[in-house]
Amino acid sequence: MSASSESILEAFPLTIRDWLASVVPLDWLQWLILSLIGIVAILTVFGLTFAFTTVTERKLLGRFQNRLGPNRVRIFGIRVFGFFQPFADAVKALTKEDIVPAAADKVLHFLAPCAMVAFSLLGFAVLPFGKHLSLLSNIDAALLYFFAAGAASELAIFMAGWSSNNKFSLISSMRALAQLISYELPLLLVAVPAVLMAGSLSLTGIVVNQGGDLGILNWNVFTPWGFAGFIIFFIAALAECNRCPFDLPEGESEIIAGYLTEYSGFKYALFFMGEYFGMMSLSGLGVTLFLGGWQAPCAALAFIPSYLWFYAKLIVMILCFIWMRATLLRLRMDQLMRLSWKFLVPLALVNLGTVTFWKYTADWEGGMLVARWLIAIALVILPFISLGKVLSSGLGPRKYRYA
Amino acid sequence: MLGTGILKGLYITAKNLVGSYYSSERLTTIQYPEQRAQLPENYRNFPFLVYDGEDAIDGLRCTACKMCEKECPPQCIYIIPERDEKGKLQKKPKVFDIDISVCMGCGICAEVCPFESIKMDHHFEVAQRNRFAGLLLHREQLAKSNKYYHSIRPKEATAVDESLAEEKRKAEEKAKAAAAAKEAAAKAAAAKAADAAKAKTDDLEEKKN
Repeated sequence: MSASSESILEAFPLTIRDWLASVVPLDWLQWLILSLIGIVAILTVFGLTFAFTTVTERKLLGRFQNRLGPNRVRIFGIRVFGFFQPFADAVKALTKEDIVPAAADKVLHFLAPCAMVAFSLLGFAVLPFGKHLSLLSNIDAALLYFFAAGAASELAIFMAGWSSNNKFSLISSMRALAQLISYELPLLLVAVPAVLMAGSLSLTGIVVNQGGDLGILNWNVFTPWGFAGFIIFFIAALAECNRCPFDLPEGESEIIAGYLTEYSGFKYALFFMGEYFGMMSLSGLGVTLFLGGWQAPCAALAFIPSYLWFYAKLIVMILCFIWMRATLLRLRMDQLMRLSWKFLVPLALVNLGTVTFWKYTADWEGGMLVARWLIAIALVILPFISLGKVLSSGLGPRKYRYA
Repeated sequence: MLGTGILKGLYITAKNLVGSYYSSERLTTIQYPEQRAQLPENYRNFPFLVYDGEDAIDGLRCTACKMCEKECPPQCIYIIPERDEKGKLQKKPKVFDIDISVCMGCGICAEVCPFESIKMDHHFEVAQRNRFAGLLLHREQLAKSNKYYHSIRPKEATAVDESLAEEKRKAEEKAKAAAAAKEAAAKAAAAKAADAAKAKTDDLEEKKN
């Protein structure tokens, strides 16, 4: 019974898709409809996730600061703890006046938010959401495609900053460019070990490689190199999607709202959407590379469809992002650069060595297995401690002599 | 070690997150329209006029001395005193307007008032649909009972009542003393007059003789 029900649930989205497509008799139209259904499904699922992430974030931030958070919006007198907030926000964004500065480059000013959303959506195309669920599952170099698509959003941000013809916008987009380029590097470098272990650039291949009898222990994050890689990935992902503590491009205290300064109404909402889509797709990549993708943590739990597992892990990642935002302060520009170039990049390079060691000692057994683990852990911890010591020497704790 | 500070911070925020669901004492905010914070007694925003007794206009303590009008830094007070048919001042305001769109809530008017008439209010929900007429408060809107004054500033109001009663007593005593003195003076004058009259008659009689 379990086997059959599992397969039905597992393939459920595909069954619906095929049934919908089969209504159309023409072959080429069928192909188009198959693709369109996939796109619509992704837009719906992640659009709704975006909507509820915003309200969840605001509510959780409230709780992190001992407040209640938004709890007012009601529809037909029903107030579900304020969870209708995104709909009210959407109505507000749509009805607000859309102001384009007189000195702005009108075309670019209009294109930037559209490009932002479009580029941040591209990443979803290759993520394996489930065993059979991926829009472009047959791409071999999915990881490369993902990073290429992700890098394009920098263009959108610079477009916004440049076209606004506003000094704050321009400063902020410069900052954003510097930040995104610096953090792209550690992000790429920590993705390499997963590729190395799986022997494939295909994201599906990487996920399949993390399956096995051990369940959760097969996930990359439970290896020394995977753990270190995941932490670095997490930090770099925070920076990649401009989130606190790396939200310098939007530093309200210094440059108003950064490249969003001259945007209002729904264009502003589109930027917001793009940012959250970027966050979700990067979280999805993190889940795929380190948290076992759509794999269930143990065989007993495999009756829950794989796409739900993927989604649950994605949500957990997003919640961690929110937790970070609630805890940490914004960095300074030089601190940001130093963290990336002097700390994350060297550690990511060392991590490449660790994973090579791990790969070539796969057949060690018994006492040698313990040695393998110890050496790998040492390879992760020692550079971290020594690099941390060197970098933070003479920096703290600060003494307030005049206070 | 590097990163321990971040972990400590994460622990603290996580504690807040979980704790806020368990103990409501942690929650520092108040759900405003339904719940209201107790305003501190010395809170002030806009002035109002205190009246004694039942009738709001007759009982006003204000004597239209215009002290507040003169002292008001943004000059948001406008007073016209009452006059009777002959044009004599009545020690009462005929018009007493405060433009609260101009008022800066400094409380100087309340400080200079020698009759304990103008005081600072606790009422802060002053939003109006008409920003010109709606925010210009007249005598009728400004007049609030002494009871209300007691309800918002019990300590200050009691002290004011005591000092007013004391002043009244003193004034009465003074009036009494004045009346007594007047009476005595009148008596003395009468006696003198009688003496003078007597002396006059005496003189006349002497002349006759």
